[in-house]
Amino acid sequence: MQLCTFKLGDYFFGVNVEKVQEVIRHQEMTRIPLANKEVRGLINLRGQIVTAVDLRLLLGLTGFSSSDEPMNIIIQDEDGAVSFQVDEIGDVLEVEESSFEYPPETLKGIARELIQGAYKLTDRLLLVLDAEKAVAMTA
Amino acid sequence: MNEMDEMDEMDEVIQEFIVESNENLDNLDNDLLALEEDPSNAEIMGSIFRTIHTIKGTCGFLGFGKLEKVSHVGENLLSKLREGELQLTKKRTTALLQMVDAIRQMLVCVEETKSDGEKEYLELIEILAALQIDDAEAEQGDTPPDAAPSVEAEFPEEEVKVKPIGEMLVSSGVATSAQVADAIKQQLDGNKAPVGEILVNQGVVDKGSVAKAVDKQSEAKSRAPAASAGSIRVDVNLLDQLMNLVGELVLIRNQVLQFGETFDSPVFSTTSQHLSQVTSELQEQVMQTRMQPIGGVWSKFPRVVRDLSQGCGKQVRLEMEGKETDLDKSLIEAIKDPLTHLVRNSVDHGIEMPEVRSANGKPAEGVITLRAYHEGGQVNIEICDDGAGIDPEKLKNKALEKGLISEDQAERMGEKEALNLIFKAGFSTAAAVTNISGRGVGMDVVKTNIENLGGVVDISSRLGEGTTMRIKIPLTLAIIPALTISCAGDRYAIPQINLMELLLLEGEDAKSGIENLHGVPVYRLRGKLLPLLYLNKELWNEEPAEDEEANNNINIVVLKAGELQFGLVVDEVNDTQEVVVKPLGKQLKGISSLAGATIMGDGHVAIILDVFGLADNAKLLSEATHQGEGVHGEQEVAEESEKVSLVLLRNPDGGRMTVPLSEVTRLEEIQRTSIERVGNEQVVRYRGQIMTLIDVFSLLPERRSPERITADAQKDAESVVAYQPAESSSVVQVVVCTKDGKAIGLVVDQVLDVAEEAVEISGESSRKGVSATAVIQDRVTEFLDVDEVIAMSKVKPDGQARRGDNNATMYI
Repeated sequence: MQLCTFKLGDYFFGVNVEKVQEVIRHQEMTRIPLANKEVRGLINLRGQIVTAVDLRLLLGLTGFSSSDEPMNIIIQDEDGAVSFQVDEIGDVLEVEESSFEYPPETLKGIARELIQGAYKLTDRLLLVLDAEKAVAMTA
Repeated sequence: MNEMDEMDEMDEVIQEFIVESNENLDNLDNDLLALEEDPSNAEIMGSIFRTIHTIKGTCGFLGFGKLEKVSHVGENLLSKLREGELQLTKKRTTALLQMVDAIRQMLVCVEETKSDGEKEYLELIEILAALQIDDAEAEQGDTPPDAAPSVEAEFPEEEVKVKPIGEMLVSSGVATSAQVADAIKQQLDGNKAPVGEILVNQGVVDKGSVAKAVDKQSEAKSRAPAASAGSIRVDVNLLDQLMNLVGELVLIRNQVLQFGETFDSPVFSTTSQHLSQVTSELQEQVMQTRMQPIGGVWSKFPRVVRDLSQGCGKQVRLEMEGKETDLDKSLIEAIKDPLTHLVRNSVDHGIEMPEVRSANGKPAEGVITLRAYHEGGQVNIEICDDGAGIDPEKLKNKALEKGLISEDQAERMGEKEALNLIFKAGFSTAAAVTNISGRGVGMDVVKTNIENLGGVVDISSRLGEGTTMRIKIPLTLAIIPALTISCAGDRYAIPQINLMELLLLEGEDAKSGIENLHGVPVYRLRGKLLPLLYLNKELWNEEPAEDEEANNNINIVVLKAGELQFGLVVDEVNDTQEVVVKPLGKQLKGISSLAGATIMGDGHVAIILDVFGLADNAKLLSEATHQGEGVHGEQEVAEESEKVSLVLLRNPDGGRMTVPLSEVTRLEEIQRTSIERVGNEQVVRYRGQIMTLIDVFSLLPERRSPERITADAQKDAESVVAYQPAESSSVVQVVVCTKDGKAIGLVVDQVLDVAEEAVEISGESSRKGVSATAVIQDRVTEFLDVDEVIAMSKVKPDGQARRGDNNATMYI
């Protein structure tokens, strides 16, 4: 499987490339009143309006501050597009199925729902984000 | 399934059959020719056979007997050819091709008349049948195919195919094919003129014969089958995508135009102007592709009405006007249910039983009229019945019974208000609950549904004469006119349909204009208390900074959500523009204060506010329903019923005049420089038409005594607004009225105010052009007779405009 990798806080994440429409640098956003706190704003993606979601907050980490300029990973589903905002975008990595392991029982909460497991790379762990669940979680 | 649906479905099947068969027949021509080249090719043979077989089978099912007969003999012949019993000879190919042509002609006939026509094609059938006999026998047969009249000769090809002009000229013998070929060659070399024109210029043919050929051609074009050639099926998703792309293009265009202003290049500016024009046109056309006539929804109503009226023993005729009125596909879907409900209601509650109608001197058969038309970028749909009408008193009693209103409220309620009771939840007027309607759900749902579409529904009724429901909805949900405003650095759009007026409180007003009613901010708008919402507080829960507010002007956008009016305090009012509405993602669907988003000219996203949602979130809507329970509310509602909205005007001489707001289409300020003179008339281009301007006060005869003039001047000097002669300003104030669909502008000195007043007519007409006088806001005010003023302004036959007997000069 190929994973589009990104950094989120101290963690190294990956999401199935097939779910990713595109990756774009920081965009100007329009903040949205009355929305959940993880919804950071609306982005004009070539005429399409995309809701930007703070993936850090969604995963229970400290959210981005208003001065941060996170990158966007655009996930397309049948209802439209959502942008997950992350610290940094990495390479697309080909991973070995044999190095995959499910998360330990001690992983609790929302992270348990959204993290499918980890690939044990030589120097670090690559956590796999369940894109579909994450999108569903924002609704 | 009922009969009507079946009919529709049948039409659809036939249409599909025609489209499909035409496609197949086109292939068949080629296949037959290919088969002639290679008679042993079983694959082509099979395909030909299947095509004819399918046509035969379908038209048997659809009941097109003649078409079936022709294809049947054709199929028999083909079957023998396929089995190898017969060889494909030239004669057989010709006959089969003739059969293809015959089927085509019958399909055209089917498309136009829904039947396969009178023509029997007996000769063709004979030929096809004869050709099924073994070759040797056929050679000896007495029906040599050459002698048989060809179908093509009987049905000149023009009838089904549009021939090029050149070909027509050649066949009519006025030009040779070499000459036409030469003309076409010239075209290829860059001559842009049509073939006909080139030939005329070369002196080959005369203009007359070309004109004749063109006539013939266009006639043929109009007869060409529409379904097969003139239209194609397109996936709606594709149209949606196209619409999105065009929206994007519009934005890019706007950016290019903005950018173009920054540097001075005539070439660039013409190019970008051109781009702008093409983009607008493209946008319009793409929107057009999504438009569908409302007749599509209406088509099922005759059946609904028939079933219902028979069910309740009534005689009802349904009439439809404006079936072709287009609106956006998404809207068509959305109004289907509300409309059906209203039509059912009209039959069930509106139209009386035949004997009741006869007793009241009405024809026994009731009429329900559906009417649709475009007006001002909106679609109006009316459902009128000539039934019993609605008795407001009965409605009130019913509402009282159900405890929906209090007795006090019922007493104070005006006719209009009472009629609107039917939109209240839990209200039903039918004495008995039938299986059709009368369960008290519906009208409120209808209203909500229409309001969700950005539309309004209105009811008017005359007892004994009938009821009219009037629905106004935007043409499209995709693009709406909206007011853009700023608040706390963000821009928002507010749908124009919710907008009532804009208020700007300056200086002293900004400090003291907003009052506090037990913690609720209110503003006195023409004597009525207008509840205020601070947008920044509603959206971001941020309190307005006290001292800052005191220094600045206050912008209030007066909005209406159904019956409720409220003021929205914003930082800045920008402009109105057409915005492309984009839906919000599912993350934001639940936020009722937000209706959608749009992309502004600079590429930024702006949020479109939902006025209903805002009011609801601020708990204003529930207040509105209890409105009038307080002491002050009572008085206000009581007074309101007799009040009339008036536009107050000032004469150049300081006197007051007024025109009822109901007669006024708009109030405008027009640049003096844009006024043109045509003959003796002053005209101005206004909203795509030419509007005649009438200078009201110079037209009217002088009325006042000299003492009165001085007195009025003194009063004016005391009043807040300093007198400013109209001549000095670069704009003139115009009251636009619409008479017979034409806009007429009454030039006035100054529009003072729009006031709601309880008017007591105190005086007769004081002079020509004035219908009455009354005291309004402590001033004697003349009621302008708009019709008479227009009549007075009419130019006399000798070309002199008739004027009043005063010597005032036109000042424009």
